[in-house]
Amino acid sequence: MYDGWKILVGLIIGVILLAYPFWPDAEKWAAKTPEPELTAKAQEAKVCVEPKSYIRTQHMKLLDQWRDSVVRDGIRQYENSTGKVYDISLQNTCIECHSNKTKFCDQCHTYAGVDPFCWDCHIEPEENM
Amino acid sequence: MNFVLSIVVSFSAFVVLVLIPLVGVWALDLRTLFGTVIPYTALLIFFLGLIVRVIGWSRSPVPFRIPTTAGQQKSLPWIKQSKIDNPSTTLGVLVRMIFEVLTFRSLFRNTRMEYREGPRIGYEWEKWLWLFALAFHYSFLVVVIRHLRFFTEPIPAFVTLVEQLDGFFQVGSAPFSGFMLPGAMLSGLLLLGAVSLLLLRRLWVAQVRYISLPADYFPLFLILGIAFTGVLMRYLLKVDVIRVKELTLGLASFQPKNPEGIGVLFYIHLFLVSVLLVYFPFSKLVHFAGIFLSPTRNLSNNSRMVRHVNPWDYPVKVHTYEAYEDEFREKMIEAGLPVEKMPERPLEQEAETLQQGEKD
Repeated sequence: MYDGWKILVGLIIGVILLAYPFWPDAEKWAAKTPEPELTAKAQEAKVCVEPKSYIRTQHMKLLDQWRDSVVRDGIRQYENSTGKVYDISLQNTCIECHSNKTKFCDQCHTYAGVDPFCWDCHIEPEENM
Repeated sequence: MNFVLSIVVSFSAFVVLVLIPLVGVWALDLRTLFGTVIPYTALLIFFLGLIVRVIGWSRSPVPFRIPTTAGQQKSLPWIKQSKIDNPSTTLGVLVRMIFEVLTFRSLFRNTRMEYREGPRIGYEWEKWLWLFALAFHYSFLVVVIRHLRFFTEPIPAFVTLVEQLDGFFQVGSAPFSGFMLPGAMLSGLLLLGAVSLLLLRRLWVAQVRYISLPADYFPLFLILGIAFTGVLMRYLLKVDVIRVKELTLGLASFQPKNPEGIGVLFYIHLFLVSVLLVYFPFSKLVHFAGIFLSPTRNLSNNSRMVRHVNPWDYPVKVHTYEAYEDEFREKMIEAGLPVEKMPERPLEQEAETLQQGEKD
């Protein structure tokens, strides 16, 4: 072996670095999948503007379309897949039920490492639960 | 192999690899197999394969320096040495390796040979390989770092930072509403673009096309597939990211979970990544580790200062001329052959004494 120990040291360092996602970490092992908490009002309403599975994966798209339709086209009504009409408004429609930002929005967003820029323009809901 | 055939073979292999998880998860719902068993097996093969390859390389002897470098080697004091291109010290080698690994200097030297009018040869500027390779490798690196958000909890600051830098334009991937979110990450789209350009270059340049094999096309298709499914998941078809992280974090913390409700697209992505991991150590992709062991890059050119002896020279039994002559001197003299060392007494005297002895 030529420069065997150098190669071995390099190999060990390389493998340890590559295995970074699997490093032991008690905090990670104890991590729980977040369950966004529904307010009493949301539980009462039972349904969101669209089915739960759609909202789960596509809500960012919907919010984006809402923003564009209000800000750019001036359309303030949204008809959902069942024909029910909602006011397009983050403050008055979404936050009406989901007023608990830290326990609802932030739960998953922090978990998934997502940093949406809703609150660059909108006022964060005051949380008095 | 003809290049059309090469492409057909490697692309068919790729299509089969896409169909496997499609059938396995969509039709048969084998989530444990595709979400846990295959990724862990792939990781194991990846790490073991990588270790075996590197140890294999380390066992091959490299007794001599290979000074096939572009610069002036260390010579007389009034000749300026190229200290990075042709280093004679470890420090120089270190700098050369850093440049090689981080900026792909060898690719930068790429030129294209061309016939000009008549039989004149010209070497043309050809930096496309270097440019696409640089874009490809760095965007891939950023993509990999960004994916750490699925394997850590809490997410470390450097991952978030890379993600913020990557998406700092805060623009959508297409100018239609609904395509805008989440904001486009430069690296993902750059990766797709760079792999496509590398593939096009391979097809475009006749000489490169001529030497291309399925082993060259297949990894390109595979990485293209991985990037494409990733981009689809992020921008268009969407998967339930929270469930995805539940699965990946389960993998990372050795508590495998296979939640319901993740789209099949994710399993295709994961399966292709697993295939890439398995393929990695046994293909040209292992240059990832091999670059550090390139003898023309990582050895200083000190052949004029240090004697490098070939250690596996077989200990040949030699019979020197001296010993040979000692053995056969008398016979040689009798036969009238010249010898280097004459016996102390000339032969005639010897003969005389012999004759006298006979008389006595």
